[in-house]
Amino acid sequence: MNNSMGNDWKQCNSVNTKRLAKWTAAWVITLAITTFGPVFIWSQNDIITSVAIAVNFLVGIGMIIANKQHLASLDELQQKIQLSAMGLSLGVGLIVGISYSTLDTTGLINAHAEISHLVIVMSLTYMVGILLGNRKYR
Amino acid sequence: MKNKLKVLRAERDLTQAQLADLLNVSRQTINAIEKGKFDPSLPLAFKAARLFGLTIEEVFQDEA
Repeated sequence: MNNSMGNDWKQCNSVNTKRLAKWTAAWVITLAITTFGPVFIWSQNDIITSVAIAVNFLVGIGMIIANKQHLASLDELQQKIQLSAMGLSLGVGLIVGISYSTLDTTGLINAHAEISHLVIVMSLTYMVGILLGNRKYR
Repeated sequence: MKNKLKVLRAERDLTQAQLADLLNVSRQTINAIEKGKFDPSLPLAFKAARLFGLTIEEVFQDEA
């Protein structure tokens, strides 16, 4: 019984995790440039802003592909934990997002329903889902 | 689903981590299967049975 395959699996997983981290970092950086660039760097030039948005969008697609590869490289229990957390995050995001938006459009709250708030809710839900999943299968 | 993974592993003096490496899964997965918290997929169940030189029914038993 040799464990070279096991090491290959771990190595592959490690490479995919690092790749996902790099794509995520690139996406966050291009998003920051797209958000703050028009004000602080290129003085509202629409062409440069359009290019920045396009680059951010393309990097986002790269991040999705990297995430898909990362998921595929996980073992079946880890995939189950990840997908359950993602499903929970999607459900909570949808329900909370719609309710939050309706509160805004009906004038029941004064604050504007910002998409960034929804991203925070979904991220926190995803992290809670991962913690619960890991605890369940500990 | 019940299984004899823990017994078979102990008979061969393997740790959970070593068995995980042999089956290309995480140690957490082996632990969850042994505790009956997680049922493996058919390919993984076949792989485990093949590793121990047994049939799948000799390693995994349906509780129903």
